[in-house]
Amino acid sequence: MKYEVVIGLETHSELATATKLFCGCSTKFGADPNTQVCPVCLAMPGVLPVMNKKAFEYAMKSAAALCCKIDNYTNFDRKSYYYPDLPKNYQISQNYHNLGVDGFMDIEVKGTVKRIRIHNVHLEEEAGKLIHPEETGADYSLVDFNRAGVPLLEIVSYPDMRTVDEVESYMQTLRKMLLYTEISDCKMQEGSLRFEASISLRLKGVETLGNRVEIKNLNSMKFVIKAIEYEATRQAELLDRGETIDRETRLWDEINEKSVRMRSKEEAQDYRYFPEPDLLPVLIDEKWLSTIKSSIPELPFARKQRFVSEFKLSDYDANLLIEDKVLADFFEECVRGLNRPKILCNWITNDLLREAKERKLEIGQLKVKPAQLVSLVEIVEKGTISSTTAKEVFIEMIQTGKDPQKIVEEKGLIQISDEGLIGSVIDKIISGNPGVIDDYKKGKKNALTFLVGQVMKETKGKANPKMVNELLKGKLDV
Amino acid sequence: MKISKKDIRYVAHLSRIALSDNEEELFVHQLSDILSYIEKLNQLNTDNVDPLVYTTNTFNVFREDALEKPLAIEDAQYCAPSTMGAFFKVPKVIE
Ligand SMILES: [Zn+2]
Repeated sequence: MKYEVVIGLETHSELATATKLFCGCSTKFGADPNTQVCPVCLAMPGVLPVMNKKAFEYAMKSAAALCCKIDNYTNFDRKSYYYPDLPKNYQISQNYHNLGVDGFMDIEVKGTVKRIRIHNVHLEEEAGKLIHPEETGADYSLVDFNRAGVPLLEIVSYPDMRTVDEVESYMQTLRKMLLYTEISDCKMQEGSLRFEASISLRLKGVETLGNRVEIKNLNSMKFVIKAIEYEATRQAELLDRGETIDRETRLWDEINEKSVRMRSKEEAQDYRYFPEPDLLPVLIDEKWLSTIKSSIPELPFARKQRFVSEFKLSDYDANLLIEDKVLADFFEECVRGLNRPKILCNWITNDLLREAKERKLEIGQLKVKPAQLVSLVEIVEKGTISSTTAKEVFIEMIQTGKDPQKIVEEKGLIQISDEGLIGSVIDKIISGNPGVIDDYKKGKKNALTFLVGQVMKETKGKANPKMVNELLKGKLDV
Repeated sequence: MKISKKDIRYVAHLSRIALSDNEEELFVHQLSDILSYIEKLNQLNTDNVDPLVYTTNTFNVFREDALEKPLAIEDAQYCAPSTMGAFFKVPKVIE
């Protein structure tokens, strides 16, 4: 394609506070309609909003994590528009003094790091939910104000992305940042993480930006990517025909997989922002800001790089671990108990993840604890149980939360390392399989594997496989 | 300050209200008068005066993230012009 695609993203994220931004109503998702409302979030006359400190600090934390400049003064503004999901007819947002400006976030695409600049980070309130009845000809809509007033963070990037791979990486990196900092639960299916894309095209090598089109209603990361691909093609076709791109807002139609015009620039909203007189401005001093900054944990990207350098893990393994903070924490706690990063990583990325997935559980909900996984690896290394038995013990640990030693004792799984005992089993197997012995003497390698398997079977998997191998070879190679 | 009919129509559109021709005519005059009156303030020299947004010198008023009791549905809906079940009912919303 002769065009360069220029993409910027606006991200909305509901903050993980217990209560709304300006009142004590619950933010819990999924409650019955209009059961989490009060005079403040219903905008009854005479009420005054009071800022939730935790929400404000979460917003500070995200601005700091995105390396924004945080001015020592910030305030809130009214954004006026009339829509029934907005009980006040204005939204309390920020316009003149955004909490954070001019930040950045590093993303990685196919091993290359790219810096995406952040235009601003600000705090605002969520709108209510409109329900459009399905019956044909219905002349009404229904409103549920449970979401109205939930703290909402808006993160606006510069149009620094050029490919859908970069967009994908940006969304994932941002999501992980919000999860790591525990600012949001990022549940897209519940609307707590949403994206809007702005897309424009320009001939390669040209500096001026083309007219940009904004796309809304992107309910999943998959739709963001599809919408951008669709929109880039649509714009390229228009430009190829010599037409111009209208600066407009389009909605993504996920059923027909296309974007449809919502409003043009001429119909653009006039929000008439002005400072919110009901909320006092906020002064942020150095001490407060540094307390917030110190509460930011190591972020996923830095952690991944450290896992590679400190524990000599592959990029692939490190990425699997940092995908979920709880998983990465689990791993690090294991390594603190036993310095076998690679083995522990294998247990976690293969067995632990598989079992969690099968049981549809979060890592934190699993019964097995890091110290127990460490014990399991230790008793394998000591030779108490074989690695085959260990897999069985692990499943039992997942199911019961019992310590591995206890499971081994209860089930009599201790590995047989008695030379005499193993030797007698071997003798029995040798005399019972003369054909296989012949094969072995003729040089068939898998004959040995078969015989080892027979010995293991006879001992119910408890024989020390290394000893079985050595003893068997010793007896056969006489 | 003179404002035009176009301005009146624009403001009416933003406020989602329909005005008759007579009303447009009326408001052109009324709003122009109001703005001219307010414009008198421009005669004051404010070169050395900082913009003032908030009249109290108070900052950082917060509440803790603590749950409070919500309104009962019947109280929440008490003044609503129209409801349906637990919902507020509004004229059909068109995107
Ligand atoms: Zn409320």
